[in-house]
Amino acid sequence: MEKNEKLLEIHHLRKDYGNGPVLKDVSLDVHKGEVLVLIGPSGCGKSTFLRCMNGLESIQSGEILLDGQVISGDKTKWSEVRQKIGMVFQSYELFPHMTVIDNVLLGPLKVQKRNRQEAEEEAKKLLERVGLLDKKDVYPRQLSGGQKQRVAIVRALIMKPEIMLFDEVTAALDPEMVREVLDVMLELAKGGSTMVIVTHEMQFARAVADQVVFLDGGEIVEMDAPEAFFNCPKTKRAQKFLNTFTFESKDE
Amino acid sequence: MSEYAHLYVEAAKLTLGLGAAGILFSLIIGLVCSLVQYYKIPVLKRIVSVYIELSRNTPLLVQLFFLYFGLPKIGIMISSEGCAVIGLSFLGGSYMAEAFRSGLEAIENSQMESGLAIGLSHAQVMRYIIFPQALSISVPALCANVIFLIKETSVFSAVALADLMYVAKDLIGLYYQTDEALLMLVIAYLILLLPISLAAAWLERRLRYAGFGN
Repeated sequence: MEKNEKLLEIHHLRKDYGNGPVLKDVSLDVHKGEVLVLIGPSGCGKSTFLRCMNGLESIQSGEILLDGQVISGDKTKWSEVRQKIGMVFQSYELFPHMTVIDNVLLGPLKVQKRNRQEAEEEAKKLLERVGLLDKKDVYPRQLSGGQKQRVAIVRALIMKPEIMLFDEVTAALDPEMVREVLDVMLELAKGGSTMVIVTHEMQFARAVADQVVFLDGGEIVEMDAPEAFFNCPKTKRAQKFLNTFTFESKDE
Repeated sequence: MSEYAHLYVEAAKLTLGLGAAGILFSLIIGLVCSLVQYYKIPVLKRIVSVYIELSRNTPLLVQLFFLYFGLPKIGIMISSEGCAVIGLSFLGGSYMAEAFRSGLEAIENSQMESGLAIGLSHAQVMRYIIFPQALSISVPALCANVIFLIKETSVFSAVALADLMYVAKDLIGLYYQTDEALLMLVIAYLILLLPISLAAAWLERRLRYAGFGN
C-alpha cells in the first residue's frame, strides 16, 4: 500500500456563513491508508471542515479533490462522490422507521443497486464484526447509543468508501459506551482504512492518529505526528489547548 | 318513521360520495401546498399562505353560497354536486396542508444529511426517509380532518343537495315528526362516523407502537 498516494486534497478552502469566515484558507492532504485526527476548541471549524469534505457544506473558495478529481465544482455528482466518502455523525442519525438491517441496506440497494442477497450477506458480516448481528431486526430506538453508533459505522462501511469521516462520533455517548465505538474505529484504522476523525478523546487521538491536525480560529495551527504533538506542541495555541485537558483531568 | 329509512340511506350515500371526493381532493391540495411550503418555493409560497388563510377563516356555508349563488352572476354555473366537492376541497385542502406540513417539519434536517451522506439523491431521501416518517406524524391530524370534513358536509343542503340534513328537514316539514327525524339524523351520522373514528384510533395506535415511534 502506497502511503504517499493522495486520496483527498483540500486547497485553500474558505468557508463563510455570512458573519466572518469559519474556515480561512485551509489546505490539507489525506493520503491513502492515513488516519488524520482533527482536534481543536469547540467552534474552531473542525466539524464544518469535515462537512465540507463530502459537500454537506458549500464552500466559498478553494478546491477539494478526490482521487485527483475536483469535487468542489458545480457539476459534482455528489451521489457518486459520497459513496466514496463515508460519514458518521455525532447523533447517529439512523433512520428510526427502519430496522437495523434495513438501515444498513438502504444505500447498497437504492444507491448502488446491488443484489439484495449479496448485500444482505455483507451487511450481516459487518454487523457481526461490530458485535450486533443479533440486533439486525430490531428498530434503532431499541438500541443503546453505542450500539446505534456502531450500526451507523456499518451503514457507512457497506458502501465500501475510500475514506471515512467521523464527526465527534462519541460526543453524545455515555462514557462506558465510548469505548465500544472507539474500538471499532481502532480496528478499522489497523485494517488500513483512510479516516478523518474529529474528536475530543485525546487518548484515542494519540492511539489512532498518524497525524494530528490542530485547528483553531478557522485555520490549521499545527500538524504533527501524535507523539510529537502531544508531548511537545510547538505553537502557543496548541500548548494552551492541551493544557486545558491536563488541568481538567487532574481536577477530577 | 322507519319507512323513511331508505331516504336516509340514499342521503348517506350522497354524503359519503361527495365527502369522499372532497377528502381525496383535499389530500391532494394539502400535499401540494405543504410541499410548496416545505421547499419555500418563491411566489407559490405566498399564494399558498393566502389560500390557507382564506380557506381556514371563512365558513364552508359562505364558501358554498359564493360558489352556488355568487359565481352564476358572472356567468359561471356549477352544479350542486360540483359546488359541494369544490367547497369541501377548498376548505379541506388548507387543513390537510397544515397536517402534512407539521409532519414534514418534525423531521430533523440531519435525517436528510445522513441520507445524502450515503449517496442517496434528494428525491430518494424524501421518498425513503422523510415522507414515511413525516406521514406517520401527520396521520392523527389527517384522520381528525377526515372526520371534521364529513361532519362539514351537513351544510350541503344549503345548495339544494338531498343530503342527510336535507332529508331530516324535509321530513320535519312534511310530517312534523321532529324528534324522530332528528334522532334518525343523529344515528345516521353516528353510523357514518363511528367506524371512521375507530379506524383512525386503531391506525394511530398502530403507528405509535410500530416499533419506531419516538
